[in-house]
Amino acid sequence: MVDVRDAVVAMGGFPALAGATLDVREGDIVVLAGPNGAGKTTLLRLCAGLVTPVRGSAQVFGLDVAEQRDAVRRRVGFLGHANGLYGELTTRENVAFHAALVGASNDEVDAALQRMNLAGRAADVTVARLSAGQRRRCALANIVVRRAGLWLLDEPHAGLDSDARAELDETLLSARRSGATIVLASHDLERLGNLRPRIVRIQSGIVVSDTAAGASTTGVAP
Amino acid sequence: MTTITTNSSRSTGTRATRVLGVVAIVLMTWVVVSGLFVTPADAVQLDSVRIMYVHVPSAWIAYLAFITTGIASGISVVRRHRSLGFDRVAGASAEVGVLFMAITLVTGSLWGRLTWGTFWQWDPRLTTTAFLFVTYVGYLAIRRLDATPQQRARRSSILALLAVLEIPLVHFSVVLWRSLHQEASVLNTDGDVRLDGLMLFTLFSGVLAFSAAFAWFVIHRQRVAALDDLRLTSGLDAALVERRAEAVTQ
Amino acid sequence: MRRTAAAVFRKDVLVELRSRALLTRVVPFAVLVLVLFAIALDSEPLVLRAGAGLVWMTTLFSALVVVQRSFEVERRDGALDVLKTLGVDGAALFVGKAAALIVQLLALVVVLLAGAVVLYGVNVEPSALVLLVTTAVLGSCGLGLVGTLYGGLVSGTSSRDTLLPLLLMPVTAPVLIGATRATESAFGGDVTDATTAWAWVGLLAVFCVLFAVAGAMSFGPLLDSDS
Repeated sequence: MVDVRDAVVAMGGFPALAGATLDVREGDIVVLAGPNGAGKTTLLRLCAGLVTPVRGSAQVFGLDVAEQRDAVRRRVGFLGHANGLYGELTTRENVAFHAALVGASNDEVDAALQRMNLAGRAADVTVARLSAGQRRRCALANIVVRRAGLWLLDEPHAGLDSDARAELDETLLSARRSGATIVLASHDLERLGNLRPRIVRIQSGIVVSDTAAGASTTGVAP
Repeated sequence: MTTITTNSSRSTGTRATRVLGVVAIVLMTWVVVSGLFVTPADAVQLDSVRIMYVHVPSAWIAYLAFITTGIASGISVVRRHRSLGFDRVAGASAEVGVLFMAITLVTGSLWGRLTWGTFWQWDPRLTTTAFLFVTYVGYLAIRRLDATPQQRARRSSILALLAVLEIPLVHFSVVLWRSLHQEASVLNTDGDVRLDGLMLFTLFSGVLAFSAAFAWFVIHRQRVAALDDLRLTSGLDAALVERRAEAVTQ
Repeated sequence: MRRTAAAVFRKDVLVELRSRALLTRVVPFAVLVLVLFAIALDSEPLVLRAGAGLVWMTTLFSALVVVQRSFEVERRDGALDVLKTLGVDGAALFVGKAAALIVQLLALVVVLLAGAVVLYGVNVEPSALVLLVTTAVLGSCGLGLVGTLYGGLVSGTSSRDTLLPLLLMPVTAPVLIGATRATESAFGGDVTDATTAWAWVGLLAVFCVLFAVAGAMSFGPLLDSDS
C-alpha cells in the first residue's frame, strides 16, 4: 500500500528526509517513532501527497506521489497537528461538509459520528465548545466519512489528557478492526502498548530500525 | 529537476554578453550625443523635447519586459523541463523592467511638467505604465517569499500570467475612461512633436540601445539567479551527507 | 465538481452567518467610511457628484477585509491544509469560495447604495434600476473573483496583509472605473449617459468572465505552491 524508497524531501535547502525507505501493507498499524525534528511529520506528509521527493520515489496505493498527487490525496486521510475544523460550525456540520465533498450520505455522517463517540449532544454543539479530545475525534470522523483507506496521523495523542488518549486508542483499535491501515507518528511510545503496532524508528531523516519481521532497513550499520 | 551548467570563469560574463555590452554602450553614446546636441530642438517645446529620447525607448522596454516575463512565465508553466530556467528569466526581466518602468514614469512626468506645467496627466500610456509598475512591484515582492525555486516558479508564473490578463484590461478601461474627457487629446505630450529624419533615427537608435542594455542586464541577472539556485541545490547535497552522518552516530 | 463547489459555498456562507462578522463589523465599518467621506468633502454637491465613486471605493476597502477573513477561517485550524489533503478540485474550491465572497460583497454593496441614497441625497429613477442592479451584481462578481484568486495567492505567506492590497489595487482598477461610471449614470449624473454606462457594464462582464476562467484554472496550482 505504501512504498517509499530512498526519498529525499527538501524544505528549502534542508533535507527533512534524507533517504527514507518505508513499506506498509494493508491492515498494518505502524508507529513512526523518533525525536523531534527526525522527519516523522515529513514522512507522513510524503505519504499523504502533500510534499514530493526531490530524490527517490514514493508510491501510495500504487500511485506515484509526485505524478498523481490529487489521486493519492483523495484516498488517504491525513491528520496533522491542527484538526482542520471550522470552529463556528457544529460537529455534525463539520463532518457533513467532508461528507458532501465526497458525496457521502447523511447516514454515513451519523455512522461516522457514532464510531467516534460523538453522536448525541456532542454532535450539535459548535466545535469551539468541544474538548480537545472531542475535536481530535471529530477530525477523525472527517477521515472516516471520506472512506479513506489509509490513515496518516501526526501525533494524534498530543495535547490530550489520559482519558482522552485512552478513548483515542479505542477508536484506533476499532478502526483497525474495520480494515483501516494506520500509520501514526509519536515521540512517546509508552502509551501505545495495547495497539501492538509495528514500530519504525526515524532519525535525522532516515529510517534506522523497523520491528516488522523481515523488513528492510536502510542498510545503516547497527 | 533542471540541471544548471556553469562555465568555469568566475563572472557571469561570456563572449556573447561582452559583445552585447559593447554594442549597448556604443549605441547609448550615440543616442546621448545625438539626442543632446545633434538633433534640433522642437519649435514649440524647445529643448524639453529631448526627454523623448529617454522616455519613449524606456516605455518600449517597459512593455518589452512585461511581454518577456509573460512569455517566460507561460513557458515555465507549460513545460516541465527547464521550467525553472524560464522562471529565472521571467524574474530577471521583471527586475530590469521595473527599473525602466520607473524611468518611463519619471521622465514622462518631467516632460509633462516642462511642457504643460503639470507633473501628472491621466493619459492612458502613463496611467497604464503606473499600474504596470505597481503590478510588478507586487510580483517581485511575491518572488522573494518562497523557500524553494519550484514554489517560487509556480506562484510567480501564475501571477505573471494574471498580469498579462489584467494589464490590457486596465489599459482599455483607462483609454475608455479618458476618452470621455475632451482634454485627453490635448494633453498628449508627444502628439504635437514633429519628427524629422534625424530625430526619428535617434529615437530608433535609442530603442535599439535600450533593448541591448535590457538584454544585457537580463542575461546577467538570470545567470546570477541560476548560480543562487545552484548554491541551494549543492547545499542540499552537503546537508544530506551531514544529516545521514548524524543518524549513524546517534 | 459542482458538488464540491456547492459544499464549499454552503460551508463558507454558514461560517459567515454564524460568526456574523459581516453584519457586525464590516458593514458598520463601510457605512462609517461613507459618513467620513461626506464629512471630509464637506460640500453637498461634491458629495452627490462623488457618490458613486465613494460607494465603490468603500466596497473595495471592505472587500480586502472580507477576503482576508475568508482565508483566515481556513488557516486558523489548518482547514486549508486539510482541504488540500482531500485532493479537492482547485477549480471547484475557487468557485465555491468566490461565490460565497460575491454574495457577501453584493449584500455590502446593496447596503452602501442605500447609504448613498440616504446620506448623499442620491436619487435613483426607476428606469435606472436595471442598470444599477446589473452593475452591483457584476461589480461584486468582479471584486469577489479577483479577491478570491489573489487572496489564495497570498494566503499562508508571511506578508499577506500588506501584499493583498498591493496586488489587488491594479487588478481591481477596471472594476472600480467601470462600476463607478455605470453607477454614476444610474444615479442620474450627467457625466455618463446610458449608452456609455452599458458599455461599461459590458466591460465588467468581460472582466468577470476572464477572471472566472483564469481563477478556476490557477487556483489548484496556486494552493499547491504552498507545499
